[in-house]
Amino acid sequence: MSTSWPLWEVFVRGKRGLNHVHVGSLHAPDAEMAVRNARDVYTRRNEGVSIWVVPAEAITASSPDEKDPFFEPAGDKVYRHPTFYAIPDDVPHL
Amino acid sequence: MSFDNAYESLIDHEDTHWAFGTGFHTALEGVDREVPATVDRADLVAYCLMLGDDSLVLSQRLAAWCSRAPELEEDIALANIALDLLGQARLLLTRAGEVEGAGRDEDALAYLRDEREFRNVHLAEIDCGPGPGGDFATTIVRLLVFSSWKIAQFSRLRGSADPVLAAVAAKGLKELAYHRDHAAQWAVRLGDGTEESHRRMVAAVDRVWPFVDELFHASAVEARLAGVAVDPAELRSEVDGVLDAVFEASGLTRPEPIPTAFVAGQAGREGVHTEAMGFLVAEMQHLHRSMPGAVW
Repeated sequence: MSTSWPLWEVFVRGKRGLNHVHVGSLHAPDAEMAVRNARDVYTRRNEGVSIWVVPAEAITASSPDEKDPFFEPAGDKVYRHPTFYAIPDDVPHL
Repeated sequence: MSFDNAYESLIDHEDTHWAFGTGFHTALEGVDREVPATVDRADLVAYCLMLGDDSLVLSQRLAAWCSRAPELEEDIALANIALDLLGQARLLLTRAGEVEGAGRDEDALAYLRDEREFRNVHLAEIDCGPGPGGDFATTIVRLLVFSSWKIAQFSRLRGSADPVLAAVAAKGLKELAYHRDHAAQWAVRLGDGTEESHRRMVAAVDRVWPFVDELFHASAVEARLAGVAVDPAELRSEVDGVLDAVFEASGLTRPEPIPTAFVAGQAGREGVHTEAMGFLVAEMQHLHRSMPGAVW
């Protein structure tokens, strides 16, 4: 068969979560079926309440070869961290 | 927020079970299981068996697709639908055994009754694939008709005088809504797809249609159980409306009604089944009957 279904990346948000989390990928003919397949494959065990699907080709990822120039320089710049003031306890999601 | 574990935000930390998949609740918790005094117990048992067998037999048919579906995701979708139906069957058969009071539980009813004691409609038992009996299109059309009919039936069953039936119907409706949606999505994509998929959908409707009329015939038991059971004749216009909408989007036409092939006035509800039923029951019951009392 020359026709195969495109790949979709699946993101699920839990009941108490604030953000969608990447849980995997699947194949589906189009967006509506992708959401339904994600519901069948990735929320079987009560994992979440919201699903996003994104065509895999829409995602641009950083290359592992560029890991050093991309991420190393941030490692030794202490002055970029906001560690010099106290966060009150009753501000959980700052 | 730590990002060590990608699933961390999905875990319900108050419910200390395994990694994820938490926050479960028992089915039918808090439902009154007393049989109302006005209800005839034998009739209620027969009705619960009818509804339970519908779901049990279709679940068995859908399970045959696991590992044979067109794609992996469809394997899981059909298996999930089969499991939903099996869950409904378990609740209904348990209720039948409980009301009967003869010590038969859901397993005894599912695995130790003979073919003529099953009370499902023929639509659930016919072979719609995989294999020579049909194909994916036939399974989808059968699922579409069955779940549309069950939604119409269960939405009225929520008002049943038996509290357990009402609770099972309320719970089942959410599952059935997804089953019908799944079947409708495929029906539209296949019906309005390529020439081959359209041809197969037309053949599928022709294959399934002789078994649709039976869904709207009231058996003697259902006629006696007014207030508890749903009158099947009431469901026809709603089901026709749903099927018309899906068929129009799929480029299909709803055929004229084909009268049920009753045998001396009897069909599935009276235990008279098609040739396929004997094979289905044998395969379903074989393991339990070979090893009585075995547990996993």
